[in-house]
Amino acid sequence: MLTVENLSVSYGGIKAVDNISFQVNEGEVVALIGANGAGKTTILRAISGLVDKEKGTVVFKEQPIHNLPPHQIVALGISHVPEGRRVFPLMSVRENLELGAFGRKNRKEILADMELVFAKFPRLKEREMQPAGTLSGGEQQMLAIGRALMSRPKLLLMDEPSMGLAPMLVQQIFETVTEINKSGTTILLVEQNARMALGIANRAYVLETGEIVLTGEAQELAENPQVKKAYLGE
Amino acid sequence: MFFEQLLNGITVGSTYALIALGYTMVYGIITLINFAHGEIFMVGAFVGLALTRFLNVNVFLAILGAMATCMLLGIVVERIAYRPLRRSSRLSALISAIGVSIFISTLVQLIRGPQTTNYPASVINNTVYTIGSIHISKLQLIMILVSAGLMIALQLIVKYTKMGKAMRATSQDYDAASLMGININQVISFTFALGSALAAAGGVLVGIYFNAVGPFMGTSAGLKAFAAAVLGGIGSIPGAMLGGLFLGVAEITAIALGKSSYTDAIAFGILFLVLLIKPTGILGRPLQKKV
Repeated sequence: MLTVENLSVSYGGIKAVDNISFQVNEGEVVALIGANGAGKTTILRAISGLVDKEKGTVVFKEQPIHNLPPHQIVALGISHVPEGRRVFPLMSVRENLELGAFGRKNRKEILADMELVFAKFPRLKEREMQPAGTLSGGEQQMLAIGRALMSRPKLLLMDEPSMGLAPMLVQQIFETVTEINKSGTTILLVEQNARMALGIANRAYVLETGEIVLTGEAQELAENPQVKKAYLGE
Repeated sequence: MFFEQLLNGITVGSTYALIALGYTMVYGIITLINFAHGEIFMVGAFVGLALTRFLNVNVFLAILGAMATCMLLGIVVERIAYRPLRRSSRLSALISAIGVSIFISTLVQLIRGPQTTNYPASVINNTVYTIGSIHISKLQLIMILVSAGLMIALQLIVKYTKMGKAMRATSQDYDAASLMGININQVISFTFALGSALAAAGGVLVGIYFNAVGPFMGTSAGLKAFAAAVLGGIGSIPGAMLGGLFLGVAEITAIALGKSSYTDAIAFGILFLVLLIKPTGILGRPLQKKV
């Protein structure tokens, strides 16, 4: 579904991502794991068109997207839950969700989808008219996910959804990710929490300083002594 | 007497507010002080003048014509002078803005000459309405009503339309907005169009009110409106309205106290004090560093 080939991204002469290739197949949950600064976020931002690529190609459903601006990439069916949630703090929960459906026209369907998000996250319904900036971290994460779903994505890019959340909430967010995947959305997940990520992913890629050092089935990787030592703290 | 002066202050202040809105909206979206904005105001005044003089239209059509022309001008200026520099340093864009400002005022000088001209006297009659002890001229009434109407319209656009929501989202988080599928370039063009239209309306009103239209009128009006925008809190739309009104009333108060030569000093004194004491202005958001 998504094929990234020979992707390199530099910030001011420093390589953040160096010649990376990987793919995501339809229906999968694929995790990119690695330490802080390994280039995970940059990869997602490159796919979404937020950063300029030095070289490489990104093909989504047989269509090259590496030269498209972000709004056109969203229109093709890729939605991105950015690192740090990035909800619009001064706008209400409802307005945030409406913006998630910005490219869609059918008002009725949009409202129906909003109800689906509220059903998934009842807390958001309670806070529908509240500015998003007043929500707790967990609620903001729910909003960021709900907002991304409002565009009816075929592929969902998720950047550190567990960051800064209490363990119970982390569990809940990961369950939600699995649910979203089961209802037919392919997921590319970036996580520092390798244990959780490997727990729900089908396959994973391990990144170190901008390069892929290991790849395989998530379960296999979870058993890999190297991964255990470096990322699972065993 | 007091109420009449207050009314005069509101009249002048509402035009400052109209211009200040353009500064604040553009700043809110791309954190650029559009120093060519005063010149757009000036071109608006000239377009209104041409329409009333050659086509004999009434004041409202003159305003509409000036608004439409300047919308286009604003979009073109952004496209040519700012968009190519979007990813360069802020200083480059600022220098480009000053360049555009000089270019437009020089161009108008070339075409029209440096002298000021005035609107035909027929454009508005001198009817004065009396309500109790307050006298208000027809022109003042039109200025206040047109400004108020435009500002209400702007609020409705920003609050309820899809484009308005996109504007707010973009000003709060540029990257996240583009991840929503918002075409940022379109939002920026729209913002320039809106701001320029308001400035053009202000240009026609000010041109008629002070009975003088010249290629340099944009410089001082622009700087004062900029002071008003900073006073209200740059980036804040209600702030720009409030700042404009406050500045207008402050200036008229100075005139009423017999210190009319100090009006400019008041505007820039306010700018100076705000920057010194509360740089975020009355309604500005506290500066946040995005991580």
